[in-house]
Amino acid sequence: MAASAAAISQSGSLRGSPLSRLPDRALRIVLTALAVAILTLIAFFFIRLYVEARPAFARFGVFGFTFNNDWDVSRNVFGALPLVVGTLITAAVALIIGVPVAIAAALFVTELCPRRARGPLTIMLDLLAAVPSVVYGLWGVFVLIPKLKPAEQWVTDKLHFIPFIGGASVAGPNYFIGGLILAIMILPIVSAITREVMATVPADHKEAALALGATRWEMIRTAILPYSRAGITGAAMLGLGRAIGETIAVTLVIGNAPRIGSHLFDQGYTLAAVIANEFGEAANNPIHRAALIAAGLVLFVLTLLVNAAARVFINRRTALA
Amino acid sequence: MTVSLSTHAETPLEQKRRFEHGGTTMAAGHRVSLKNLSAWYEDQHAVKGVDLDFEPNKVTAIIGPSGCGKSTLLRCINRMHEEIPGTRVEGEVLLDDQALYSDAVDVTAVRRAIGMVFQKPNPFPTMSIFDNVAAGPRLSGTKGGDLRERVERSLRSAALWDEVKDRLNQPGIGLSGGQQQRLCIARAISVEPEVVLMDEPASALDPASTLRIEELVEELKTRYTIVIVTHNMQQAARASDTTAFMLDGELIEAGPTEKIFTKPDDERTERYVSGKFG
Amino acid sequence: MNAVLRPVSKARKRRDLAMRASLGLATALALVPLVLVLGYVAKRGLGAWSWHFFSTDPTGSFLGDPGGIKSAILGTILMVALATAISVPVGVGVALYLTEYGKNSWFAKAVRYFVDVMTGVPSIVFGLFVFIVLILSGGVGGYAGWKGSVALSLLMLPVVTRSAEVVLLLVPHTLRESALALGSPRWRMIAKVVLPTALPGLVTGSLLAVARAAGETAPLLFTAAIVNGTSLNLGQRMNSLPVQIFTDVGQAQDRLVARAWGAALTLVVLVLLLTLVARYMSRRSRLT
Repeated sequence: MAASAAAISQSGSLRGSPLSRLPDRALRIVLTALAVAILTLIAFFFIRLYVEARPAFARFGVFGFTFNNDWDVSRNVFGALPLVVGTLITAAVALIIGVPVAIAAALFVTELCPRRARGPLTIMLDLLAAVPSVVYGLWGVFVLIPKLKPAEQWVTDKLHFIPFIGGASVAGPNYFIGGLILAIMILPIVSAITREVMATVPADHKEAALALGATRWEMIRTAILPYSRAGITGAAMLGLGRAIGETIAVTLVIGNAPRIGSHLFDQGYTLAAVIANEFGEAANNPIHRAALIAAGLVLFVLTLLVNAAARVFINRRTALA
Repeated sequence: MTVSLSTHAETPLEQKRRFEHGGTTMAAGHRVSLKNLSAWYEDQHAVKGVDLDFEPNKVTAIIGPSGCGKSTLLRCINRMHEEIPGTRVEGEVLLDDQALYSDAVDVTAVRRAIGMVFQKPNPFPTMSIFDNVAAGPRLSGTKGGDLRERVERSLRSAALWDEVKDRLNQPGIGLSGGQQQRLCIARAISVEPEVVLMDEPASALDPASTLRIEELVEELKTRYTIVIVTHNMQQAARASDTTAFMLDGELIEAGPTEKIFTKPDDERTERYVSGKFG
Repeated sequence: MNAVLRPVSKARKRRDLAMRASLGLATALALVPLVLVLGYVAKRGLGAWSWHFFSTDPTGSFLGDPGGIKSAILGTILMVALATAISVPVGVGVALYLTEYGKNSWFAKAVRYFVDVMTGVPSIVFGLFVFIVLILSGGVGGYAGWKGSVALSLLMLPVVTRSAEVVLLLVPHTLRESALALGSPRWRMIAKVVLPTALPGLVTGSLLAVARAAGETAPLLFTAAIVNGTSLNLGQRMNSLPVQIFTDVGQAQDRLVARAWGAALTLVVLVLLLTLVARYMSRRSRLT
């Protein structure tokens, strides 16, 4: 082997010996295999979730499971509508509160604040993302819920004429608190991506607006916002994906009531929270377990769709450049 | 994209000006003077104590090798230089008698009076041809028929109207490079400035488009004071009345274009215009 | 101002000022929760800290001494360490494939896309998946620390991969070419030029992934499960800081809640330290 390798390398010295090329080929194969493994993993992931969730779908139907308004462990009846609705309400609250603040913070940091404050502000906004979910939950339970209750009651009393928001008697843990915690949690990611998008606005466009005699805000509205609209939409959708899938903090402050709450300040449940709470007891009840895995699958598909859409928006902005 | 809050109504002066711009009457031009102007990027002294006058209704070309500070000088005139962090300006820029760097002066007013055209055509990519030109007037509350009239007038002045009048709603970035640059010129004059600064406006364009821009500059000088930065000496010779030569941040020499290109006083100018360096 | 400089209308100025002020206020508003959360955690948490708190395991008794968080700290460290050992080599490997071999092929694009998709998968779904594959299917026993690590590593993998890809792309092309031009084979070029140049950035990305994993509760709930005693054996059930906090909050008993705050402070200090070290490393990197 060694002799023949030497012979070959003598006859064609430019091509190198197969022996010396072996590590190269091995590395290439190993790295490619890793990449293949990732794709396989995700496919496997989906299939296993589906197989384990099938008993629930078989008993209640895919549509029935997702849209029946009845989740009762004691009767072994599982219709996930209250969870889906809770997930959507809390995510909506999170977006309504979190996205405008995140965009405003991104604009302030990239365009308005003094240059020296930019670094510290960016770090602090990013640190919001470093606080663990369970710590937000802990804070929510023992600080946010009791401190905000009077304010929530005041708001719902004042707005008594608005359906769903007004005229409620505020429950301690509720949809609004869950949404508020989620807003805080999605803020850093939405803000960070918005900042990135805004950083790609060419200086040319900003200067063109300023050279027309635009004020700073007019420059933002003329040059920056239209250019980054698609990217900001994408950032908001990534935030939505986060809000839908976030588990522990919401579990602690949502009230864990498997029914559709009658108003914004009522207790509820979300898909992720029900899994975290009930899975421990469900391990030995096959249909309950299947229902929870099915809830996980619904969650998975939902976040997948939202994230895929977000990518489309974020990538679209490159078409403008 | 509307400015809803503005209650700004045209003053009689503005109406008069509008009339003048619309008609063939030549507006009285305005003079820009630089007094001992210096500019820095961080520690780098990019413009060194320049004294220079830009005559009304004349085209002044600033020439010089790259990095000589000519673009920086131009950006000092409408106070765009200060948009870059870490920069500094000393000395004075006067528009007629008004010191543009005095504390009482609003920077947005300066830029409205002194328009700018950039090196690379930079129409707003998300806006239509119409909206690109309308963006400036809209800021000060112009709308409806007035706005359409203003857009048409600006596009006509930029010699672009006939080419785009049937597709005003199409995106501005769909135009050719030369058309885009004329669109940017239309955008710059849509706010009715007194002075127009052009930073190598044809350097990204093909020769035919370059000629059109130069013809346009010749037409525009009847209404505006024009300063054009260029590294293209033929362009300076063709399009300008006065030429200023800069080297290493200093103004070496300024005078009638013909004189600068035929018998300049300074030996460095002579060597530059005859192509010996730069 | 003279007539040439027509002043900007008052309305425009007011609007500009109002918008700038609101953007600044919103930014301040965004930072309020950070200050509040850190403030409360520090105040309540410090009250719970003591030598006893760090040196004993939870007792599990409802009356009397609830015990400390020793097992939770050790469990978190062990499980996260194993998760890092799994996810960093795999993640950097995939990133190397993407930058050095796959580049813009359809397959590389697919991998990139699905890695992005993984970033969006809720952490609890990873927990479910590991439960199904490693516990429900049988064969490898029940709840165990290493299964928690697997769940965490799935969570870390996309973070490591994407950050590593970004850093590897920053390694100048000329460096790669000059190494290849000297006649060194590709693997040597990667090992001797690309990886060392990118190292600080790779460490940053990995540390951020570690920080994220250390704070995760959901994937551990039904993989490593809940236990009181200290175990240094990854083959057995293992406690962790986030799970400890989660269960203590659920008990709504003053002493347990106090322990939750103390554990939360411990966790926050750990995660913030990791995050700040990561930032420091990225600042030292010469690649920008």
